[in-house]
Amino acid sequence: MKFSMNVGIAGYGAYVPIYRIRAAEVARVWGSGEEEPVREKSVPGLDEDSLTMAYEAAREALEMSGVERSEVGAVLVGSESPPYAVKPSATVIAEALGLTPRVVAIDMEFACKAGTTAMILAAGLVASGAIKHGLAIGTDNAQARPGDELEYTAGAGAAAYLVSGDGDRLLAVLEYAYSYVTDTPDFWRREGERYPRHAYRFTGAPAYFNHIVGAAKGLMEEAGLKPSDFDYVVFHQPNVKFPLRAAQMLGFKPEQVKPGLLSGEIGNTYAAASLIGLARVLDAAKPNQRILVVSFGSGAGSDAISLVTTENVGKKKSSLERLLSRKVYVDYGLYAKMKGILRVA
Amino acid sequence: MVWAESVPRVWRERAKKYRLLGGKCPACGSVVYPHRQVCPYCGSEGLQLVELPRKGRVISYTVIRHPPSDFVGKEPYVVAIVELEGGARVLAQLTDVKPEEVREGMEVEAVFRRYREQSPDGIIEYGIKFRPAH
Repeated sequence: MKFSMNVGIAGYGAYVPIYRIRAAEVARVWGSGEEEPVREKSVPGLDEDSLTMAYEAAREALEMSGVERSEVGAVLVGSESPPYAVKPSATVIAEALGLTPRVVAIDMEFACKAGTTAMILAAGLVASGAIKHGLAIGTDNAQARPGDELEYTAGAGAAAYLVSGDGDRLLAVLEYAYSYVTDTPDFWRREGERYPRHAYRFTGAPAYFNHIVGAAKGLMEEAGLKPSDFDYVVFHQPNVKFPLRAAQMLGFKPEQVKPGLLSGEIGNTYAAASLIGLARVLDAAKPNQRILVVSFGSGAGSDAISLVTTENVGKKKSSLERLLSRKVYVDYGLYAKMKGILRVA
Repeated sequence: MVWAESVPRVWRERAKKYRLLGGKCPACGSVVYPHRQVCPYCGSEGLQLVELPRKGRVISYTVIRHPPSDFVGKEPYVVAIVELEGGARVLAQLTDVKPEEVREGMEVEAVFRRYREQSPDGIIEYGIKFRPAH
């Protein structure tokens, strides 16, 4: 997909809670004996959820862009962990940001992929001339059954992008997008169920790798680009190993992947994962660099998006580095309370 | 139970709970939170609606160890008077901080957090809290 006009990112924000649990602490309780997939993961505080994290990221994106609130025409929130089954997070976020009532607001779900799809749809609305600017958010407080393999990685975080058609404001231009989806049952959660289930090793080859590689190859073929044309590549990061292996399969070097690879420190932040990685890359990028982002959502699909930075990149940075350095470690007991595994009252 | 579970109340108060909307007095220049009709310092009317700065410092605080029923499980937590840049004072919870780490004069910044759930199947109340600004 190529957008019919110049559309890109005018501001971005990322949010990671202050709390962390080490994978070794999870292993102390459930001990699998296998090597842990990450070093540690982020844990939301007792008063945080996917909505509050989304607000923090979105406020930062809006402030960085300098766009007037009255000119934001859409708030698209991608998440698989909304605090309500029925009642949108998007309206609360829009209200708290002062964007109501004249705004398109919607919650979207596609496992870990909804955030990048929100970005593509916001770009479509901007490119069509329907709105001037739109907010695309990926946010999750990922849930895992205690003792499940997923518990080592299920993290919490959010990232938000102010998508705009105002050429002077853009710090990165959206060049191409390519979506690749199939019906692949690798991970799911039924209505009313508290925790998701997954199909173990089925989550690798037919799910993550097939879709990531399919979307990345599709984009590069359509755009006439090759791995060496990119300065950075950010993949969905359910652990540390998968994105590095996907890079190798596609012909990217580890140096292109590592700046945007945060899963070892914050775990898998689901719909936020590739977008927090992109925020990390944008914080470090120089003008006229090309970035490839490829998300993956179970069920299953990938969005590949290529961006080229402008002279505006790096003038303002997100608070991500500060949030990554502010860490309070919790033990499994406190973690269980914060995640709602232990229920009080 | 020390409060009435009310959906309309939450709806009515959402703007002032979600956003730091204060009032600036046209006569004496005082800034107050939340916005109100009459200046509590000089009695003048027609306070201008202003969005307040998100940074400030702790003026005074107390540690809640025996909370009201709707905050059970969250204790111990800190309730503080925060003076924002520009002088407005806000009564709010502190978050992301242990009670023993809180000091008068501590620099804090506003964040958006959960206040409480009215019940497991009731609405969730959100609003401004403050966290250390470091």
